[in-house]
Amino acid sequence: MLQKGEKAPEFELFSTPDQKLKLSELKGKRVILAFYPADWSPVCSDQMALYNEMLKLFHKQNAELLGISVDSKWCHLAFAQSRNLHFPLLADFEEKGETARKYGVYNEAEGESNRALFVIDENGTIAWSYLSPTGMNPGADGILDALDAMK
Amino acid sequence: MSLRVPVSDNDHSQGEKNAAIVLIEYGDYECPHCGAAYPVIKKLQKHFGGKLRFIFRNFPIAESHPHAVTAAYVAEASALQDKFWPVHDLIYEHQQNLSTKLLLSLAESAGVDIKQLSQDISTPAVTDRVEKDLEGGARSGVNGTPSFFVNGYKYEGYHEYDRMRKDLESIL
Repeated sequence: MLQKGEKAPEFELFSTPDQKLKLSELKGKRVILAFYPADWSPVCSDQMALYNEMLKLFHKQNAELLGISVDSKWCHLAFAQSRNLHFPLLADFEEKGETARKYGVYNEAEGESNRALFVIDENGTIAWSYLSPTGMNPGADGILDALDAMK
Repeated sequence: MSLRVPVSDNDHSQGEKNAAIVLIEYGDYECPHCGAAYPVIKKLQKHFGGKLRFIFRNFPIAESHPHAVTAAYVAEASALQDKFWPVHDLIYEHQQNLSTKLLLSLAESAGVDIKQLSQDISTPAVTDRVEKDLEGGARSGVNGTPSFFVNGYKYEGYHEYDRMRKDLESIL
């Protein structure tokens, strides 16, 4: 798993059925990357619903939140609609888990990403990373603390 | 995980100030798990009496629960008329069919002056408080609702009466 001080690897992934998003497009902003195992699963749903309520706090700190899992763009669309999510979910779908692998958080046995958080600074360097036990919702406190510490 | 926002006189609190157990709930009025925890808390309060102080703070998951924020505002605006707890209880007792209309009639039945409440409900005293509760909870590690803190530390056990009673007894 990539650690603080390392360069955040570039990626280009579908964020909607017809739009891709590149990490480098967000240069100048802080980026919160939330890798999670799967749309619809109970823990992931709670975690994303929580982050959805935190967007105002994240934006105050010039940070954009991106969720990312191996689910397809259509699955993400349905999940985001059902949970009223107001941030992009990226489809790490083809090659499956390629981006999770680059960040060192792919779970080969499950064929899913681990539950992992990265806060990336304005210049694309990782400022904080955290691997959560898969069954645990890591909350938002670590992210908020990491954003505070970057001031 | 520990509480970042210390208990203060500003909190909605039931029980003795210097009780041995201080139980804080971060809750959402429309969340079914919070609804399930509501009678558990009542039972714990009965069991522990003066040894337990209970505090409620808001943690509405607005995008999942469309009435959660309004419910929190109604309860907070009722608090300005010293009617927080009766309204808090009534909302949880009717949480299955919340609507703005029902929330107002619940407040009214608790003796809240609705005219005053409609003036207060969009003031910072109400809205900022809910927002600050949410932020303080998130910073303390609240990751879903309800989340409980016991004497300043996040409670990770199940929100079930026997389990909570045993866990709380063990700290006495």
